[in-house]
Amino acid sequence: MTNLLQIENLSVEYKTRRGIARAVDNVFLNLEENKTLGLAGESGCGKSTLGLSIMRLVPHPGRINEGKILFNLDESLIFEGGSVEKGQIDLMQLDDNQMRAIRGRKLAYIFQDPMTSLNPLIRIGDHFTEIIQAHEEDVKKDEAINRGEEILETLGILPERITDYPHQFSGGMRQRVMIGLGIALRPRLLIADEPTTALDVIVEAQILDELATLKKQFNLSMLLITHNLGVLAQTADDIAIMYTGRVMEIAKTESLFEDPKHPYTQCLLKAVPDVRKPDKTLAWIAGAPPDLIDPIPGCMFRPRCEFAMEICATQPPPLEKLDTGQRVACYLYTKGVSKK
Amino acid sequence: MSLKSYVTSRVLLTIPMVFLLLTLVFVIIRVMPGDPALLHFERHVSPEVLAEFRRRLGLDLPIWQQYINYIAGLFRGDFGISMQDYSPIIQHLHARFPATLELSIYSGLFAVVFGVILGVISARKYDTTTDHSIRLLAIVTYAIPVFFLGMIFQIIFSVWLRILPSGLRFDPHYTPPPTITGLYTIDSLLTGNIWAFGISIRYLLLPSVTLGIILLGIFIRLTRTNMLETQQSDFVMSAKARGLSSFSITYRYSLKNAFLPILTMIGIQVAILLAGAVLTETTFSWPGLGTYLVDRIYHRDYTAIQGTVVFFAIMVAVVTLAVDILYAYFDPRIRL
Repeated sequence: MTNLLQIENLSVEYKTRRGIARAVDNVFLNLEENKTLGLAGESGCGKSTLGLSIMRLVPHPGRINEGKILFNLDESLIFEGGSVEKGQIDLMQLDDNQMRAIRGRKLAYIFQDPMTSLNPLIRIGDHFTEIIQAHEEDVKKDEAINRGEEILETLGILPERITDYPHQFSGGMRQRVMIGLGIALRPRLLIADEPTTALDVIVEAQILDELATLKKQFNLSMLLITHNLGVLAQTADDIAIMYTGRVMEIAKTESLFEDPKHPYTQCLLKAVPDVRKPDKTLAWIAGAPPDLIDPIPGCMFRPRCEFAMEICATQPPPLEKLDTGQRVACYLYTKGVSKK
Repeated sequence: MSLKSYVTSRVLLTIPMVFLLLTLVFVIIRVMPGDPALLHFERHVSPEVLAEFRRRLGLDLPIWQQYINYIAGLFRGDFGISMQDYSPIIQHLHARFPATLELSIYSGLFAVVFGVILGVISARKYDTTTDHSIRLLAIVTYAIPVFFLGMIFQIIFSVWLRILPSGLRFDPHYTPPPTITGLYTIDSLLTGNIWAFGISIRYLLLPSVTLGIILLGIFIRLTRTNMLETQQSDFVMSAKARGLSSFSITYRYSLKNAFLPILTMIGIQVAILLAGAVLTETTFSWPGLGTYLVDRIYHRDYTAIQGTVVFFAIMVAVVTLAVDILYAYFDPRIRL
């Protein structure tokens, strides 16, 4: 299998009044073609920032410090004022125009809150016209509208509603419109940043189903960012667990749920409620994540970890591949480290 | 709710508002202690003159009847008669209004156009020297009293540089263009008189820039704030993620969405514009409603003051209504 997306050594920093916060710290990730990679972690762990850095849209005052974002482009793109050659390209090396040409066309991003992600003053149809014409300049408005109508229909929305304004749609329908806009140009990679957090459980299930169908239909690869492990259990092929900007564990979905390696992952899974055991007291993780502006040396999870050792306070543990296939950043699994 | 029923309900709501306004003006001006007739004559006059004066102005009637006459008169377009010479006030308003309208249009345009342009620049260059300079300009211009700025301009451009006239509306040595709309710049263009157009612009320049600068700051700050806000909004972020160009995001997204609060502000500013016009007209001897009002105040001409204030009030009400309707036209959510 070829890698569609390969992130190497990526770091993103936010410059704040108090100092510099490293929101994404030295991250390596791979996403294979036609796979779904789930990215999970608690609020503020840098998962959204990571998603936005792939689009190179980290908001001010954030900045991508270093790293490579290698993307496998399946066709050369030619646009007004430039072009991008096909093959493996580093998104970090592209200029603004080249990046603009890739956004929306090869990379699609779906935001968390469908209520605020559409311009309230612009009709749904014009949203479709805009994105199609931004990438295919010679497409006429009628044709763009027709394509929009077809997409709405696949998503279960009456095509004639294309003349409506966003406020005339419910939350679930707006998220479908967002997805429709996302897939309008048949992108290769769909980044969905908590696409169902703002929706109720029933709509959430429908949207996840639709995403799965679309993924098959269009040969999409997906990066699904969420704090809901249950969502990932249904949809993801692989899961990466993030904590304080670092990847703690990457594993196949089944092995992550059945045999979590990293102490943080183990704690997270203990905190997931189970409908079959309604009387079970949920576990929680004592303490809070360390301040990113004033990070602690070594492993960031150490103060909350029950297995903490001396070595944990020295150097951050590297992400290492185990014999069982998981990758874990924890000294518990490093050979030759004294376990005390 | 359709646009039509929205407009109807707005118009219906405006009627009690205007009614309340007319009553308020009447109460403030007439029911105040002091006899307007006595106050009008600064020196002693014979009781016969005073009685005749009261009779002609209807001041001898009971106050409630004066009020009914006043409201009924307004419905007929009768703004009362002046204490000065018993001439109908509507005549004066009609003669003076075009001058004020012309001044207001040009200052309003100046403020909105430059305010929005500078606001957009300021937002696009967020947190740079350009941004800080523009913000400083906005605060300073907002804080300067209009008559003071007017005098400074007169000293610089009329006294030192001698390139622009310090007052009036047209060169007194020549005849102004024939009245079609009453706006000299438009009338001179309609009659093809470029020369007269040039003169009117020369005379318009200082007063309208003065008044425009006073209003400029509000529009700069409002545009900047709203542009920054929409730029950070989710829909702008997702537009970027869809690969729209930054040009189309700035103008189709940020500016279009930021324009709605600007439109509201234009409505509110019309009242301030008219108030500013009074001061600007006085500074530049501009023959509009403002100078008329000030002149009538000096002469304690209560009926004329009341008529002019009512006229201003109705203007503000009409513009507010127009802005509400425009707002609905631009913002589909309002029509809900």
